[in-house]
Amino acid sequence: MASLPRSDDSRFGLRRQVRLAGPIALSSGASLGPVDIAYETYGAMNADKSNVILICHALTGDQYVASDHPVTGKPGWWWRMVGEGRPVDPARHFIICSNVIGSCMGSSGPASLDPATGEPHGMRFPVLTIADMVRAQAALLDHLGVERLAAVIGGSMGGMQALTWPTLFPDRVESCVVIASTARHSAQNIAFHEVGRQAIMADPRWRGGDYYADGQVPSAGLAVARMAAHITYLSEAGLTEKFGRRLQGRDAKTFGFDADFQVESYLRHQGLSFVDRFDANSYLYITRAMDYYDIAEDHGGSLARAFAATSARFCLVSFDTDWLYPTAESRIIVHALNAGGAQASFVELSSPFGHDAFLLECPELNRVVDGFLRGGRA
Amino acid sequence: MSALRPDLALIARTVRPGARLLDVGCGDGALMAVLRDRAQADARGLEIDPSNVAAAVGRGLSVVQGDADTDLRYYPDASFDYAILSQTLQTTRRPDLVVEELLRIATQAFVSFPNFAHWRGRISLLWGGRMPVTRLLPDRWYDTLNIHHVTVDDFRALVKERGWHIDGQWFLKGDRETTHANANLFAEHAVFLLRR
Repeated sequence: MASLPRSDDSRFGLRRQVRLAGPIALSSGASLGPVDIAYETYGAMNADKSNVILICHALTGDQYVASDHPVTGKPGWWWRMVGEGRPVDPARHFIICSNVIGSCMGSSGPASLDPATGEPHGMRFPVLTIADMVRAQAALLDHLGVERLAAVIGGSMGGMQALTWPTLFPDRVESCVVIASTARHSAQNIAFHEVGRQAIMADPRWRGGDYYADGQVPSAGLAVARMAAHITYLSEAGLTEKFGRRLQGRDAKTFGFDADFQVESYLRHQGLSFVDRFDANSYLYITRAMDYYDIAEDHGGSLARAFAATSARFCLVSFDTDWLYPTAESRIIVHALNAGGAQASFVELSSPFGHDAFLLECPELNRVVDGFLRGGRA
Repeated sequence: MSALRPDLALIARTVRPGARLLDVGCGDGALMAVLRDRAQADARGLEIDPSNVAAAVGRGLSVVQGDADTDLRYYPDASFDYAILSQTLQTTRRPDLVVEELLRIATQAFVSFPNFAHWRGRISLLWGGRMPVTRLLPDRWYDTLNIHHVTVDDFRALVKERGWHIDGQWFLKGDRETTHANANLFAEHAVFLLRR
């Protein structure tokens, strides 16, 4: 039993951070080390370490999947999926969620200090890929003494990591849940990201990414990037239902450029509240990683080949109003898995909420994920 | 197996233990669950209705939401021992092509369908002059999902024309098996086991 994690083992619990010596060999050919990883764990590993679930977060997400966010005070970003009585339950599962490298919530990224100079990396931080994020997660699992994952689960960019896991580490993943995601970033996806990046880099405060010293961060550019991206997370029907053409706190149009419409006010609020919790350079790096993401390209153009070595079970879920990663993208993955004879499940669920649906109340989603996870134990 | 529909119970009795099978139009996975639990089958499903898929995945089955008419082509040749098409043939746009696909994907294919030449239907059409609405075919002509009405003899003719082989055939009346004689008149339901 010596290998069992004790409750007083400092590797486990909330708000953990570890410096791994690395270095991690990156897709670009560069290497990154030492690597800081900020993470949380919930629940306890069982004796045969067969109940470990890794949760992967989305672009602007973080490790606080099921505990209150230290900056915003809001509940964990996926409390509907992870928590007591939920499909991923600390009473049954040992749950890990780590901040992706390149981000800004405690894992190594452009805002963290370069040990060589004592200064923030800024744009000298190496360009990353989704695969690099997964390699860092694997290094964290090594540190935690976890050999195999019962499941890796993620939505959106988290789904990209989840789908990448069995392609990089075919023997370390038993099942894989990919929600509202894709096997590659489309031209449209890249285009929206480029708008956001250009907004940041056009902000005079950005200064080539070296804005950390005086605290004058490119918040205007980052807010615009967030506003543009936020539209892609919603649906036309959802926006119409929530805001329509209603005016914000006034009875008539002002014939000016103030936020006349509720939807404008909402987007401005989304942009402004985002800059308090996110680093602009991290936004550049992570969107770049997503744009470089194309699993088939990494396997000679064949998506089916990417999964040839794994015996993992897969569960894919899309939402009918998600136009960022539409159902067709999930179907491409399903067809590749079928072609390879993998155990795959797929369902398109109905929701008015667009891409964001995976984070919102959706009993069907919970039912599917719960059944899929339990199915592995039949 | 009392909860299983009679044609599914019949298929469940016939499938070899440990077989790899694809249930096309698997519904909520009732047959797949039985085959997994009692015959240790490696069962996969294809189902068009999302709430059915959610229910099947919710019971731990590997089911993909898709359309028999368009999505079978993504499965490689000879990747299953059995393909199962139960009560779905008559709802496909091209039943003949769907069966061709089943026999490409799997060594053998179960195909079950309601027999539209059952005498009750004939009488209803002959005397009433209306498309039959019966216990087995409860929907009206305008809201039924059945777009290709097929009889036992129609199906036999198709099998012959395409050169498929019949490895087994069963006929049902209510939930009991019935005689092969005059099946086209007396069977409410037919189950064929085909091979290319």
